[in-house]
Amino acid sequence: MAVPSVPLSGGDTSGPSPRGGRSAVSSAIARAAPAAVSVGLLFAAWELYARYGGVRPTVLPAPSRVFGQAWENREALMDNAIPTIRATLAGFACSLSAAFLFSALVDFWPSLRRALFPLLIASQTLPLVAIAPLVVLWFGFGLLPKILLVALVTFFPMMVALVEGFEATEKEIGQMLRAMGAGRWRVFWLARLPSALPYFFAGLRISITYAVVGAIFAEYAGAAKGLGIYMLNAKNNFRPDLVLAAVGVSAALTLVLFGLTVLFQRLAMPWERAAAGRGSEGRQ
Amino acid sequence: MTRLELRQVRKCFGPREVLAGISLNVAAGEFVSILGPSGAGKSTLFQLLTGAERGEGEMLFDGAPLDDHGSRFAFMPQRDALMPWRRILDNATLGLEVQGVPRRAARERVAPLFAEFGLAGFERAWPAELSGGMRQRAALLRTVVQQRDMLLLDEPFGALDALTRAAMQRWLEAMWRRHHWTALLITHDVREAVLLSDRIYVFSARPARIVSEIKVPLPRPRTADASVAREAAGLEAGILDTLLGATDPQLSAQRPSPRR
Repeated sequence: MAVPSVPLSGGDTSGPSPRGGRSAVSSAIARAAPAAVSVGLLFAAWELYARYGGVRPTVLPAPSRVFGQAWENREALMDNAIPTIRATLAGFACSLSAAFLFSALVDFWPSLRRALFPLLIASQTLPLVAIAPLVVLWFGFGLLPKILLVALVTFFPMMVALVEGFEATEKEIGQMLRAMGAGRWRVFWLARLPSALPYFFAGLRISITYAVVGAIFAEYAGAAKGLGIYMLNAKNNFRPDLVLAAVGVSAALTLVLFGLTVLFQRLAMPWERAAAGRGSEGRQ
Repeated sequence: MTRLELRQVRKCFGPREVLAGISLNVAAGEFVSILGPSGAGKSTLFQLLTGAERGEGEMLFDGAPLDDHGSRFAFMPQRDALMPWRRILDNATLGLEVQGVPRRAARERVAPLFAEFGLAGFERAWPAELSGGMRQRAALLRTVVQQRDMLLLDEPFGALDALTRAAMQRWLEAMWRRHHWTALLITHDVREAVLLSDRIYVFSARPARIVSEIKVPLPRPRTADASVAREAAGLEAGILDTLLGATDPQLSAQRPSPRR
């Protein structure tokens, strides 16, 4: 009761309310418009050049032809997209688990970092073109070599993101927790792990795009089915339209996965939106 | 009754001496401040007390050597150290959770205190939604509910703007008059020390030693009464002189150097 009148800023919770239905839709449209315009212009220019520029469709097919062929071959494309999706997700899950395990180990025993990082950095310099056929040679045409290649390209960015995330924990939070009597494991669980979340998601957004590329590369080197082998076959049959259709499918796949990570981040970090809302309101 | 007593506590980081024989004591229910220039090693003293660092010398608590660091002190770090991923209520229960109190019981213990700390209605808010002063009060709430024997406050208002800081100091004084926590406050704000403390230890620049110990005999509340405020101002001026003299004789003399 005797609390002196520190400005309690009663307006803190009210905040601005741009989350109303109509304004949310119109702001989404406003955000998507520039991308739609640039993509539309690109396709229009391509269409005009392919039609009137005197290039043969076996060299550069018009986008209308690519879309048409994609639709006609939709079953084959889907059929080949599924193994790619499977390889991407399985490989990514493996690399995430491994990255989590190793980054936690490095966080607990920092000397491990010096032992592991040179090896990991070296693994990133391996040219995928050279390593993919070898991995296929060693592990066959099944799912395993794809998983390994996807894990190879995504493990390092995830590992670095997590290690840096753990280290980004505010020193004072750690000091305070230890003063409360928390042990190392407790500090890791209560402070270091949640502190790493923004880094984790940044790493996730980057490596999910690598993951699709990695899976396609692996299939390109040898597979029974998959977008990679489909592209290779289409190229060998002088069907650039089908190559581009498969490219379109893989691009769509990447975008969907990327969107999922953004969605996942929103669900996992609800306080971020609160912080952003306050930011636009202006800190006092 | 003396709660905390330090005898000739020293700390070196490698060849660099940070604390050069600190002896001080804090009685039960007493509010004591450590006042010193920034970088003097005040925070290092807290690190020794909370067990984050080891030093030389004797540290006694209730007459016995201090070994179980974790269970004696509730520590409030310089910045509020609120976890952005926990709602204010869950930030406030953190210390209890670490002590092993079940989450539900911890919440029940913390919830009634929100009104007193000016945080009623903000239990479910994220830290990012609070103003600087509110965050600091939430951090103090988190510190106090641990029900330790003594509070260690490390420049709790250092990061606030001047107006909010003044308001928070008044508020803390009001809170202390009601609860009589045993508290050790680190600050470099002379006014803050005079306003809040029963006694003040003035530290020198690094390596830190105690330059003087000042009793603050002013009646409380110290902000409400104009005559008390005048006395406080006199005391402040005296301490400031000691502090400036101790940190750097050249600074207090203000003599322009002949050449640059």
